[in-house]
Amino acid sequence: MTTTTDAPVRPARQRIVPVRPPRQQRAEGRTTTNLTLGAGRTTRVLALAVLAVAALIWLLPMAWALLTAFKSEADASDPVHWIWPRHGFTFQAFSTVWERGDLPLWMLNSLLISVAVTVITVLVSAMAGYAFSRTLFAGRKWLFTLTIAAVLVPPQILIVPWFEQMLTLHLLDTYAAVILPQTVAPVMVFILKKHFDSLPVELEEAARIDGAGHWRIFWSVLLPLSRPMLAAVAIFVFIGAWNNFLWPFVSTSDPSLMTLPVGITTVKDAYGIQYAQSMASAVLAALPLVAVFVFFQRHIVKSVATTGLGGQ
Amino acid sequence: MSSPHASPRPRPLSSRRLLPPGLLFALPFLVLFAVFLLWPLGEGLWMALTDKALSAHAPSFVGLDNFSEAFGDAEMWRALWHTVLFTLISTVPLVVVALGMALLVHTGLPGQWVWRLAFFAPYLLPVGVVGLLWLWLYQPDLGVYNHLLGAVGLDQVAWLSDESVALWAIALTTLWWTVGFNFLLYLAALQSIPDHLYEAAAIDGAGAWRRLFSITLPQLGRITTVITVLQLLASLKVFDQVYLLTKGGPNNSTRPVVEYIYDVGFTGYRLGYASAISYIFFALVLLASAAQFAVLRRREK
Repeated sequence: MTTTTDAPVRPARQRIVPVRPPRQQRAEGRTTTNLTLGAGRTTRVLALAVLAVAALIWLLPMAWALLTAFKSEADASDPVHWIWPRHGFTFQAFSTVWERGDLPLWMLNSLLISVAVTVITVLVSAMAGYAFSRTLFAGRKWLFTLTIAAVLVPPQILIVPWFEQMLTLHLLDTYAAVILPQTVAPVMVFILKKHFDSLPVELEEAARIDGAGHWRIFWSVLLPLSRPMLAAVAIFVFIGAWNNFLWPFVSTSDPSLMTLPVGITTVKDAYGIQYAQSMASAVLAALPLVAVFVFFQRHIVKSVATTGLGGQ
Repeated sequence: MSSPHASPRPRPLSSRRLLPPGLLFALPFLVLFAVFLLWPLGEGLWMALTDKALSAHAPSFVGLDNFSEAFGDAEMWRALWHTVLFTLISTVPLVVVALGMALLVHTGLPGQWVWRLAFFAPYLLPVGVVGLLWLWLYQPDLGVYNHLLGAVGLDQVAWLSDESVALWAIALTTLWWTVGFNFLLYLAALQSIPDHLYEAAAIDGAGAWRRLFSITLPQLGRITTVITVLQLLASLKVFDQVYLLTKGGPNNSTRPVVEYIYDVGFTGYRLGYASAISYIFFALVLLASAAQFAVLRRREK
């Protein structure tokens, strides 16, 4: 008798479970379908050939830089043996660049500044996103409208007044000067507000009945639920800050405060024709983010989709 | 004991009406927003109306003089034109090549990981590295591209020192550097096209080209618009790679407007005039945004 009542319940419950994993797998890009360009053998071979050529073109600059970095200075500036060095490969350029000491310093500066920008931006934007999404206060609507409107302001037009402002605040040539202007990210507030809008209100109500206040709900209920979205936003903010050039370039003149993108440009000015050394610097400077990408590749792809930029 | 809606933060209840919790949450952002965006935006506008210089002397109000000077400034128009030209010659390939790459990679060929790394990795390089790398690649005698041209019997190209080539060379570098981001956006969009559309098409006997033109491309319409909009706005703001590769040269033939702002402000010390040009550039960006918004609105209908 119990079997008759159990029967309709069980399949229903089981159906929900297996539906999700395949969808998530697709979102991660592990698709093996041949539906876009056709499954024919010739199509596939052709596609593979085009792709291989394109990938070679794209990898060539980096491969050649790598090759040059392992040459001696004499070989690097030898136009006849432009692929293979006459005197073999050497770590000379790398050790010279590393021992000079400014490159590790720039990396440290970049790391420090990017992490600070990321932490501040994500926290402050998430709090504002929560406020605009889940709370009521006077002026909320027009403050949010103002925030969205500010997305249109190109940071490039602010470098002159920012510089003037840092002069006024006596912050020029400090970490704060580089970090603070980069933490204002109206786009991220918008993305996180939209994200909080999409979370069910029931969770919050349940927490509220248990006596949780806004901070508790934000910190212990909504943020843990938002981990993938926060990671996505953090990745974009971090890459943006790591690669930012114009503002760190304008706001610092002290070589000990230079970030990687700014410092690396002084390599070619100061050491002019040392091709192997400048390529070795480029390789070393490129390593951190490339390593991050290799490890978090799938996550980065997913974050593109989840920030709402793609996938629609 | 406390009502369900009471706030457990240590503030006295009476202050809750004055500073509601929502506002407190938004406050850190709003403070940064006001100090580092609204204030500079206002200060920039004010500076544009003065003869402020990068020196001790007090600026005096000059009204719209900076703007009228800018409108008669041939160098500014030239810089604006370089910006617009760069935007045109970079945006089209950055969308089309990204789409092509994504379609090919999505076809389900082996080695997904390798393709993605190959096309996206350059995007992860700091612009300083990109500058260094491409200066080397574009070297007249030592650079790999002139070697390759020589290998197939073509003349060398003065990539960065020929006025008619330099901006195109910078656009090529930009394509190599940033196409990976658009490629990833397209890839994500391709993966979200429901399989059943293709299955239905297969049952109806649609061939590969038919599926591409009747399902895939229309399904990508929205993301294509998004990518184009983002790309146009990004290209209008070009500065870094131009500054690093050519410093705006040869003969200022590649100098975009952002670099002109930088030059006027920080090497010419004319902060007021630089602010005025910033605002003219801002107007251009707003105009481009408005145009795109109008197109988007029409497409939604």
